[in-house]
Amino acid sequence: MNRASRSGAGQPAPSAIPPGTRDVLPDEMRELRAIASRMRATFEDAGYGEVHTPALEYEEVLRRGEEHAAGARYRTFDEQGEVLALRSDMTIPIARVVGTRYADSEPPLRFCYFAHAWRAVERGVGEPREFLQGGLELIGEEGPEGDAEVVALTIAALDAAGLRRHRVGVGDASLYRTLLRDLDVPQDRHMPLLECLSRRDLVGLDRLVEDLPDRELLVGLPEMRGGAEVLEHAEGLRALHRILERRGVEDRVIFDLGLVRELGYYTGAVFEVYDPAVGFALGGGGRYDELLGRYGRPLPACGVALDLQRVHLAQAAEEALR
Amino acid sequence: MSDLTIAVPRGALFTGTLDLLDTLGLDTAEVRSNERKLLFADAGIVTMRPSDVPTYVEHGSADVGVTGKDVLMEQSHRNVYELVDLGYGHCRMVVAAGDGDPIGAALRRLGRVRIATKYPRVAAGHFADTGRQAEIVEVKGSVELAPLTGLVDGIVDLTATGRTLEENGLRVVEEIGVCTARLIANPVAHKLKAAQIDRIVERIRS
Repeated sequence: MNRASRSGAGQPAPSAIPPGTRDVLPDEMRELRAIASRMRATFEDAGYGEVHTPALEYEEVLRRGEEHAAGARYRTFDEQGEVLALRSDMTIPIARVVGTRYADSEPPLRFCYFAHAWRAVERGVGEPREFLQGGLELIGEEGPEGDAEVVALTIAALDAAGLRRHRVGVGDASLYRTLLRDLDVPQDRHMPLLECLSRRDLVGLDRLVEDLPDRELLVGLPEMRGGAEVLEHAEGLRALHRILERRGVEDRVIFDLGLVRELGYYTGAVFEVYDPAVGFALGGGGRYDELLGRYGRPLPACGVALDLQRVHLAQAAEEALR
Repeated sequence: MSDLTIAVPRGALFTGTLDLLDTLGLDTAEVRSNERKLLFADAGIVTMRPSDVPTYVEHGSADVGVTGKDVLMEQSHRNVYELVDLGYGHCRMVVAAGDGDPIGAALRRLGRVRIATKYPRVAAGHFADTGRQAEIVEVKGSVELAPLTGLVDGIVDLTATGRTLEENGLRVVEEIGVCTARLIANPVAHKLKAAQIDRIVERIRS
């Protein structure tokens, strides 16, 4: 326990910082910078220009992108009483930038970023309130071609950062919903099933479909993960697999039909990035074809964001192996 | 099974879990004969109290683990896969109280009830879901003591046979859920060690 942290419910100690935030000292800063600059070079070489946007946005503007403003929790007021929020990701701000500053530009547009974002600490100990993300957005490139570019660049950037064993999990945000519709599962059963899936509660899922005729598929599908062999029921991902094969990265990808992401704006392929040295995903992303339209430029888009502190953990573990 | 680390709960689920691992072809003899040792690297087994299993699995220090549904209900914020209901360790999560409906009486006269438990989130959730105001008192030891001394009106606890409740003059007034042992997995291991984990899951199910 940090001596300077809050003790009990009383006042914070005189020099405390809020739980979930931290001070970065020179040794760590140097390493973080090195990782970021290698990833940035990979992105820049692929045509992704770096952007920076304000940490504070109008809450209403963020909400236009996603109903919960993508989880933005810290709000304040400006001099006019307008509600400002600290951004919780970079995807929505970049969508806003495209709708305003790139309103007439010929797509595709490619952007990368290295910036802090803020989220609530909901589970208590150890969760970051402020975190540094490195990521990219590919705007105006459709379906599998665009998805494959983002996946391949994610792998390449982590290669550059010094990771060796990382993998990208690829799923489809609409897959299970489509399956429920195709199998004529009654509408009122959908929500509880989708909730079980997002809680990763496969026992609960099994219980809920016990009386349904297609039980085996309903339980089996979210457990399917691997290579091309799992894509029988995921037509949309087969084309992506072919392109990844062509790019020579298919052995770095795990297709995962049970993959779900928390944010509501994903419409197609979703990603999660893993490294065996870290028990948590290093980051994730996906396709969000409807978000840009809410800021005036209806364009398909896809992106990924990596938590640089976790990438650093994986890189340090990799270094220790050598 | 090779190269998977398994978190095994000591306590009520210990023997059942080791029996299960035996059927999966693991050698658990050393674990059984050694009360104090915690880490058995050769067998890929780490032993711990059941409520610590989700912590080790969530952080990836163990790839998979066995713990009770009661623990998972209480720690529902943990980011782990719940893969299989293992069936053993059958218990019920219940609300229990002494004679004369002290819970009903407290709610009627005072508008709120005091409940002692080792499962504060489960208890708070159950009373909130049923629209009743409850003051949750967290205790670490024998929960049955709390209503006997007048600390609380009732308790929320796990019971297998109900005998301990009975011996302390308490009886079950509501059932919150049935709890059995569950196999859980770390989300990253679930992807990166999919083949090994699926092999275990298949063998357990068959």
